[in-house]
Amino acid sequence: MLSPEEIQEIQTALAHCESNFAAGLDALKIVQRRRGWISDETLQEVARFLEMTPAELDSVATFYSLIFRRQVGRHVILLCDSVSCWVMGYESLFEALKKRLGIGFGQTSADGRFTLLPHPCLGACERAPVMMIDDELYGPIEEEMIEKILARYE
Amino acid sequence: MEITETVSIHIDGKPYQAQTGRNLLEACLALGFDVPHFCWHPALGSVGACRQCAVKRFRDENDQGGEIIMACMTPVTPGLRISIHDPEVLRFRAAVIEWLMINHPHDCPVCDEGGECHLQDMTVMTGHTRREYRFRKRTHRNQYLGPFIHHEMNRCIQCYRCVRFYRNIAGGRDLNVFGAHDHVYFGRHQDGVLESEFSGNLVEICPTGTFTDKTQKAHNTRIWDLQTAPSICVHCGLGCNTLPGERYGQLRRVRNRYHHEINGYFLCDRGRFGYEFVNSDKRLRTPLYRPERNIAQREMRLEELFQQAVLRLKNPGTIMGIGSPRASLEANYALRSLVGPENFYAGVTADEHALLELARTILTQGPARAVSVQEAARSDAVLVLGEDLTQTAPLLALALGGLGYQKAVAQARKVQLPAWDDAAVRQFGQEAKPALFIATPQPTRLDQAARTCVRAAPHEIAALGLAVQAELSKDSAAAPEAPEALAPDIAQALAKSERPLIVTGTSLGSPAMVQAAADIARALCRLGKSVGLICCVPECNSMGLALLQAKNLSAAFQKASEGRVDTVIVLENDLYRRAPAQAVDAFLQKAGAVMVLDHLRTPTSLKADMVIPVATFAQTSGTLVNNEGRAQRFHAVFPADETIPEAFRLLVELKQAAFGQGRPHLRPVLEDQRLELSRAFPVFSGLAEPLPSLAQPAPGGKVPRQSMGYSGRTAIHAAVSVHEPKPPHDPDAPLAFSMEGYEGQPPPELITHYHAPGWNSVQALLKYQSIAGGPLKGGSYGRRLFLQAPAAQSDFFEKLPPAIDLKAAERLLVPLHHLFGSEELSMAAPAVAQLAPLPYLALNPEDPLAEEGREVLLTVAEQTLCLKVKVMPGLCRGVAGLPMGLAGIPVVALPAQVVLTKGDAT
Amino acid sequence: MNRPLTKNFQSLGPPLSLAEYEKAGGYQAMRRALTAMEPGQVTALVNAANLRGRGGAGFPTARKWSFVPMGKDAPRPRYLTVNADEMEPAAFKDRVLLEGDPHQLIEGIIIAAFAIQAEIAYIFIRQCYTTAFRRLNTAIAEAYAKGYLGRNILGTDFHLALHLHESAGRYICGEETALLNALEGRRPVPRAKPPFPPVIGLWGKPTVTNNAETICNVPHIIQNGPDWYRALSLTPDGGTKIYGVSGKVVKPGAWELPLGVSMREVIEEHAGGLRPEVKLRAVLPGGASTALLPPDHLDIKMDFNSMQAAGSRLGTGTLVVIDDKTCIVGLVLNLLNFFARESCGWCTPCREGLPWIVKLLKAIENGDGRPEDLTRLKEQPRLMAPGHTFCPLAPGAMEPLQSALTYFEDDFKRHIQEKRCPWK
Ligand SMILES: Cc1cc2nc3c(=O)[nH]c(=O)nc-3n(C[C@H](O)[C@H](O)[C@H](O)COP(=O)(O)O)c2cc1C
Ligand code: SF4
Ligand code: FES
Repeated sequence: MLSPEEIQEIQTALAHCESNFAAGLDALKIVQRRRGWISDETLQEVARFLEMTPAELDSVATFYSLIFRRQVGRHVILLCDSVSCWVMGYESLFEALKKRLGIGFGQTSADGRFTLLPHPCLGACERAPVMMIDDELYGPIEEEMIEKILARYE
Repeated sequence: MEITETVSIHIDGKPYQAQTGRNLLEACLALGFDVPHFCWHPALGSVGACRQCAVKRFRDENDQGGEIIMACMTPVTPGLRISIHDPEVLRFRAAVIEWLMINHPHDCPVCDEGGECHLQDMTVMTGHTRREYRFRKRTHRNQYLGPFIHHEMNRCIQCYRCVRFYRNIAGGRDLNVFGAHDHVYFGRHQDGVLESEFSGNLVEICPTGTFTDKTQKAHNTRIWDLQTAPSICVHCGLGCNTLPGERYGQLRRVRNRYHHEINGYFLCDRGRFGYEFVNSDKRLRTPLYRPERNIAQREMRLEELFQQAVLRLKNPGTIMGIGSPRASLEANYALRSLVGPENFYAGVTADEHALLELARTILTQGPARAVSVQEAARSDAVLVLGEDLTQTAPLLALALGGLGYQKAVAQARKVQLPAWDDAAVRQFGQEAKPALFIATPQPTRLDQAARTCVRAAPHEIAALGLAVQAELSKDSAAAPEAPEALAPDIAQALAKSERPLIVTGTSLGSPAMVQAAADIARALCRLGKSVGLICCVPECNSMGLALLQAKNLSAAFQKASEGRVDTVIVLENDLYRRAPAQAVDAFLQKAGAVMVLDHLRTPTSLKADMVIPVATFAQTSGTLVNNEGRAQRFHAVFPADETIPEAFRLLVELKQAAFGQGRPHLRPVLEDQRLELSRAFPVFSGLAEPLPSLAQPAPGGKVPRQSMGYSGRTAIHAAVSVHEPKPPHDPDAPLAFSMEGYEGQPPPELITHYHAPGWNSVQALLKYQSIAGGPLKGGSYGRRLFLQAPAAQSDFFEKLPPAIDLKAAERLLVPLHHLFGSEELSMAAPAVAQLAPLPYLALNPEDPLAEEGREVLLTVAEQTLCLKVKVMPGLCRGVAGLPMGLAGIPVVALPAQVVLTKGDAT
Repeated sequence: MNRPLTKNFQSLGPPLSLAEYEKAGGYQAMRRALTAMEPGQVTALVNAANLRGRGGAGFPTARKWSFVPMGKDAPRPRYLTVNADEMEPAAFKDRVLLEGDPHQLIEGIIIAAFAIQAEIAYIFIRQCYTTAFRRLNTAIAEAYAKGYLGRNILGTDFHLALHLHESAGRYICGEETALLNALEGRRPVPRAKPPFPPVIGLWGKPTVTNNAETICNVPHIIQNGPDWYRALSLTPDGGTKIYGVSGKVVKPGAWELPLGVSMREVIEEHAGGLRPEVKLRAVLPGGASTALLPPDHLDIKMDFNSMQAAGSRLGTGTLVVIDDKTCIVGLVLNLLNFFARESCGWCTPCREGLPWIVKLLKAIENGDGRPEDLTRLKEQPRLMAPGHTFCPLAPGAMEPLQSALTYFEDDFKRHIQEKRCPWK
């Protein structure tokens, strides 16, 4: 069930949309911010609220890389794998993260803390290599800093 | 309508004529060029996704380089210079196929689509013969999509045709595309039965084996081994054209047969998947006989039973013949001649018969014209009175569902957007709600396409109709209360339109409503409008039966109750689906002997003294008249079994044997029946004309029912005899049970396969049309019987239906129809039966008894029923809906006032 | 030197508030446009200023605006959408502007919307620009509170609603027609052109899409006039440009410079030159979808026409400096991997062709390459040329591939011959 706060927020979003469809992504984000990801049940609830079919909403949801249709950890690490970061040593950063967390891309650490995802250029190329954890951007990252950064997330 | 002009274009240096208003791909195809394509489809328009239809365009005659463009996205313009065969564009088209084949499995030899695969055709056409991709293929999980459609996602080439058809044309909202980049997936959000009543068209829309016919797969046959003949759907009154295919004495599938004016490219799922009744274990396969009433029926050889029947008929006494709206004109007529016109009764009750007579009168007398489904699709204002079209006339629902798009096309034309530019037109016309008005007691699937929907009881719908008529005639003020309050809006939209259409039908059992529809049409005629009128009828030959001008079943019951019937012959009819059981029991009891000719075991056949199994539509030929009064022929797909005769032939033979009439030494043929029929009834005068190649056998002979690739012709009977059997003779059709005969494109009415060199898939249909989506070469077919000059002024009926006064405990019981469930024959097809609902009683949520699943009691026609409540939001208040035709739901005359009580109260 | 776009930037802390922005001369241009000018005059000024779009293609901005049907019978509502998706690898110049001076963008939007008489505007921003999003949100609220957005702005009969749309991470959303589909809540695949969005756009209505940087220039043109504006540039195209450098330089960053500075000046003077331990191998001049240029091209001027003449594109104006310790095959693989992953999946060449290229490049990079792979790779830019695909994404992807094959073919050959990456 959508919570009253979720419904309230979705209704606000709907107010400046010309159709329910246009609010689809907003609604998914509102709900994802609270629940971490969009399960099938969540998707169906949002769809019902917007008078869309689950297929219609899922068709849009699955297009975007930042709508999570599978469960993610408590924190999502978006590691920039694009050209500037690649030139500046993204690969060794990735190796270090892999080793430290024991996971590869698309996986969640055993303790459920982190999910690691590759992401196109985070638009912070002057700070390459960079990564983003939840809403926070880090860069340029040296291997030694990883531990300290991760420690900030429970 | 589109304004087009013929202009000159250059293709590979040669001048050609093409039509503006079309895209270049359509123009090239119409000129006979083989331009490969995927995402474009005549019914879907262009979106430019697949990039397969690339050609080269040159600025002028000096341009040597040129640029690659997509033919499907390029309008025909005067002086256009293109090349189809330029090496660079040839390479590009080959590359497109190569890309598409990267992830395509190598399973043609076992793929259900193999042999009629558009992808196979295009692969060969572009010359992609060597796979150079050496990496892993991507794979997908398949989904369960219900009993009709098999899903094999790995074969998908992402042309997007399925979703475009399903969403844009069928109005379905549960199939979509998911994901992005090279992980796009076409299916449902989760496994489950596809919701659209038109899902079966995915089989033909999909250019690969991604969506295939699950019923066909269950008894798989390579498609080139199917024997096919032009046929007509027997599952509703619209008369869609079909191509059933047979192998080893079983029907294996039904495909669409293009009819420009009726079904176009599509069929509904009842029509496509209902065919399995032909193979069903509910079929009657042996003659049954009982010498006396109270002993069991026993099997008897056909010859013997025939002799018994002849003896019986020779007995002096009254004979009564009961015809059938699901039997051909010829079979009905043969029965009529056997028993004599005065003893022939239409197999429908007085109420239904009166409705059909009314429909016939209205349509034959005019002045409104009976229009075809595709003409309906071109209307610009439509009022539907009473019919839940998706359930009772599905292809008409499909057509009307496209009115919004038609409106968008019209608007788009004003800003120079061509009709074929599908995505742009939809984009531009997003808000276009067509002038489609629907008045029914219950919500319908077509509502989403309508501007306004009115929920009302049948008599209120009739009143609304009269109010619209009054509004149009301006001779009385509109009644103020709802739903009549909408009358001015509706009247205004109809009066403003150029091509108005009124749709009604018999399914609610309301003559007043049908009259009101006719009155509106007449009022519009008086305003000088060219108005169309469609009256939906329930069965494949309801209209044909109405034209035979027989007495009705109730009259037969009446006569029998007066004690004067010796022998009753029932033709392809289950009387228990027509009239209340007590009435039928009494009738059958009165008859000295009951002879039933049918192909399915029915409650009626169980009560018969003589049961003669007869061929289904698949093994005999004949003529059916659809709701618009179009007589269409269907042809035997495979020869009738020796022990299961064709009804019309058996009836003529009985007449010959019993009364020595006719041409006793010759095998009866259909042509003779038609000839007699046309003499007996002026309306059928056109039917006597033989089909083109019967009249004048073409040099190549009859049109083969078997394809060039038909295998096992000489070996198929080897277990019985090593001698190759002579192909069975077919005296009734210009078609042969053979792979030999007429070569090339037969007359449009006789197409048995769509095939052209290089084109093995249904897309070959292009080659049979002069322009994609247009009429078949050779013209229209099927004879319109109602084209007589309409009597200019006919009078209004103007009888206001009596208001109904419901008491507190009462509801108005109205019939509800189910595409899957309400029709007799398709319910013998397991896939269709699986989707039929269980019996229920529908109530409005505000009804005091509305609680999902609660049992309620009601008494109708002296029977007490206990039904589970289904809460139906949107159902008209004060109304209770009874689903028709389901097992356990008795036949009652509806609408009727009934008292409802709680089930547990007793 | 005049640096109008960045003049209000604060080196530390949040950007200027509305009041501070006004104190610095902000919203004057809006006032002038709305109260003293006709929409057509605004467009005329922008036209005279030779403002070309900063979204990558350099389309003349006033020309785009002039396609919008105007007049009493013209369709309504009209829309302005501001493209701040900026998901192109190596691009970060819009972020700098959004974070640095959000009111400048809002003022530009009001003026641009006035010019085309749009009553609804959207800023389309990518999800990962969280700081920019917050700052814009605050600024928009301030502007509404002050009456600069909403109904009857400055007492005129001009109304404008401005919405901030946060995307969810897909590069293709930056393509202007895909962006419209995204705003409508559809799958953001591009639309076919024609019809062009200024005529049939969002919800079928006239819509102009401009890049965020483009719009930021508008207030300055109105405020200081086209002559002043043209004089900012070293080329006939007017204005300054946000240039950026990332990669193997001493001081990566972004700077506002006259349009038409040379690559050398940007790299050596502003970015501090190459890191001491490395030598220059190539430059990716304007984002992932521009052609690589070898070191002998350093003196080329970074403007639309010069870059085009050199066989590349100005693109985003943010360049990546690539050194001799970086493998070009690996670089191209990285770029193509991005494009393959971000293909929308609508048209065949891009959806199927790019992943195949990625597999070929990966094979070569991993030492599994075959000579015929190179032949196949070389054919791809011709097959995925502009017009062959549905939108410019795949042709854009071909630019680095094509240029790498032109300038660095030997690198590919060495990989194949040595059956390994010589740079590893
Ligand atoms: C795949 C693709 C991605 C694009 N991404 C962006 C983008 O992130 N930001 C942008 O301003 N333009 C982007 N563009 C260009 C836009 O389509 C459009 O041309 C631009 O926003 C117009 O703005 P301008 O006229 O102000 O330059 C992209 C184009 C393509 C083909
Ligand atoms: S080139 Fe084709 S598949 Fe690629 S992003 Fe554009 S439309 Fe989508
Ligand atoms: S048929 Fe033209 S692009 Fe698909």
